[in-house]
Amino acid sequence: MPIPKKFGMARGSNPQQMVLVFAESVNGKFKKAAFEAVTYGYETARAVGGECVALVLGPSENAGQLGEYGAAKVLSVSDEKLAQFDSQVYAAVIAEVAKRQGAKVVVMSHTSTGRSLVGRLSVRLNAGAVSGVVSVPSVNGGFTVKKGVFSGKAIATYRIKSDVKVLSLMGNECRPEKTGSAVAVEEVSVPVPEGRIKVLEVKRQEGTVPLPEAELVVSAGRGLKGPENWGMIEELAKELGATTACSRPVADAGWRPHHEHVGQTGIAIRPNLYIAIGISGAIQHLAGVNNSKVIVVINKDPEAPFFKAADYGVVGDAFEVVPKLTEAVKKFKAAH
Amino acid sequence: MQGENDSKNFTLSKMKLLVCISKTPDTTARIAFTDNDTKFDANGVTFIMNPYDEWYALVRAIELVEKAGGTVTVLNVGDASNDQIIRKALAIGANDAIRVNAEPANSWFVAHQIAGIAKQENYDIVFLGKETIDYNGSEVGAMVAELLEQPFVSYASKMDMEGNTATIERDIEGGVEVLQVDTPFVLSAAKGLAEQRIPNMMGIMKAKSKPFKVVEPVPVEELVETVSFELPPAKTGVKLVDPENMEELVRLLHEEAKVI
Ligand SMILES: Cc1cc2nc3c(=O)[nH]c(=O)nc-3n(C[C@H](O)[C@H](O)[C@H](O)COP(=O)(O)OP(=O)(O)OC[C@H]3O[C@@H](n4cnc5c(N)ncnc54)[C@H](O)[C@@H]3O)c2cc1C
Ligand SMILES: Nc1ncnc2c1ncn2[C@@H]1O[C@H](COP(=O)(O)O)[C@@H](O)[C@H]1O
Repeated sequence: MPIPKKFGMARGSNPQQMVLVFAESVNGKFKKAAFEAVTYGYETARAVGGECVALVLGPSENAGQLGEYGAAKVLSVSDEKLAQFDSQVYAAVIAEVAKRQGAKVVVMSHTSTGRSLVGRLSVRLNAGAVSGVVSVPSVNGGFTVKKGVFSGKAIATYRIKSDVKVLSLMGNECRPEKTGSAVAVEEVSVPVPEGRIKVLEVKRQEGTVPLPEAELVVSAGRGLKGPENWGMIEELAKELGATTACSRPVADAGWRPHHEHVGQTGIAIRPNLYIAIGISGAIQHLAGVNNSKVIVVINKDPEAPFFKAADYGVVGDAFEVVPKLTEAVKKFKAAH
Repeated sequence: MQGENDSKNFTLSKMKLLVCISKTPDTTARIAFTDNDTKFDANGVTFIMNPYDEWYALVRAIELVEKAGGTVTVLNVGDASNDQIIRKALAIGANDAIRVNAEPANSWFVAHQIAGIAKQENYDIVFLGKETIDYNGSEVGAMVAELLEQPFVSYASKMDMEGNTATIERDIEGGVEVLQVDTPFVLSAAKGLAEQRIPNMMGIMKAKSKPFKVVEPVPVEELVETVSFELPPAKTGVKLVDPENMEELVRLLHEEAKVI
């Protein structure tokens, strides 16, 4: 009698598919993206039938906590030369660790750092790569994984045919989940090449959550008439604990700083909540925000195209609606 | 006296630059698929030069050569239907062009073609856009850099050259990183690196006689294949909330959407 092969070949034939997750830290601290990547690595390890191992580079605090998100162990290379980012150096180290550990899947976050590494690791490990994935790989019918394409207007499924695979995980796609407990950190010694990039300075805005990481975003456009009217936007954002964003003409006119510009030519974001105020919803704007989980549009023109992409809409004058919304949020917070 | 000018020009270090340009559907194109959802439906779609390649990478490269002397070569991997965007790049101011005559199947394939050419020519800087707006890979630049064993500066939003040292600002999450690197290196361009240039009549005329070489691809092993495409689930329609009743909106966001 034939035995049904319920779980397919991939699971049965490769019992030790190690998933290596490069957990990125900033000034030694892990951010949400790292916890997402480890959670994803853990899920991926379960899908392919293996173990998730986290790798941290450079000085880091409390790397053992990555165990809480599913890393069976944490490896660390704490060489001084890794204190600043040079993709050439980082890729050499990650690839070396991956080779020594026999990793079959290498995962990182789809951040400015991760994106600079995916291609390099693909070459170094002769591994097929898919950047910006939005799903845990499936192993029925080869190793397949999904990612957003055409600025979020479609989803593609790719099959990776090489023995080793490289993936970067799109932000806010995989909720960090505590499935285990802290583990010991194991120092590994691999050669760290000399970098050719000299980082002179890193300038970050302090205080607010950077847009690509923000879960809540309040954004405004040309409908606000001028930079002097942004006070109410900032107030609403502050009450919600949200990060502020803007449309392109607003940044071009210098009403708001360029790093707030979202859309096709600015930053692409995918927060849980995107509130668009006085923004018409041009296709190039939508390209950067239409992957938000929930979209609220406040616009005085009921015909504004943005309403077609919205979950909730308020047809009204921003100058009246926004202060009311801020008040309602205050009340809500007081009651919860 | 001859010689003085020559030596001055010499210290300006002429540059040999490569700009990789790709073709993408116009941003407003309707996205649909054919052949059982395995191919992009190009029917009725207008194609353009990828904005990051055209507006930022290409223009900054041209500016550098205008200042220091040298050449800007544009390189595209694609079929003859791409000649139109290549001519545009020449009209904007590139000196010559190379097209690798092949379907750009995926990042891995494209990167190997670019690196193959760059290895023969020893460019000072290879410019790319930060990503193509169709398949949004952001993969090619790092692959090229690794194949060439060169440094890679991604998302450059500002760049100045002094001799053969570049000082660059690159966009990172919530800020910028300022760095220095010597040529040769690979750079991907983000908004801010330059200002878009519109080709003028003279440029368009000149483009017609600029050197344009078509070469055949090098064979590359396939590691990734496209299985299928799908459209994201459609929005169920907007729920309108009374502008006088923002408590209701907050309630919906909390209870129904569960985002606050
Ligand atoms: C190649 C290309 C790339 C682009 N990339 C981007 C990009 O990355 N990001 C981006 O944002 N844009 C981008 N654009 C520009 C885009 O096409 C739009 O022009 C832009 O998004 C419009 O900005 P806006 O909605 O703020 O302004 P408008 O289109 O002027 O819209 C203002 C809106 O405010 C509403 N309004 C006015 N007064 C009030 C009031 N009192 N209360 C409430 N509502 C009010 C109006 O009804 C209107 O809908 C790009 C364009 C091109 C061609
Ligand atoms: N077919 C191509 N020909 C030449 N350059 C390309 C091609 N595809 C991508 N590139 C370059 O690689 C960059 C990044 O592309 P991607 O990794 O696909 O997002 C683009 O901005 C171009 O500079």
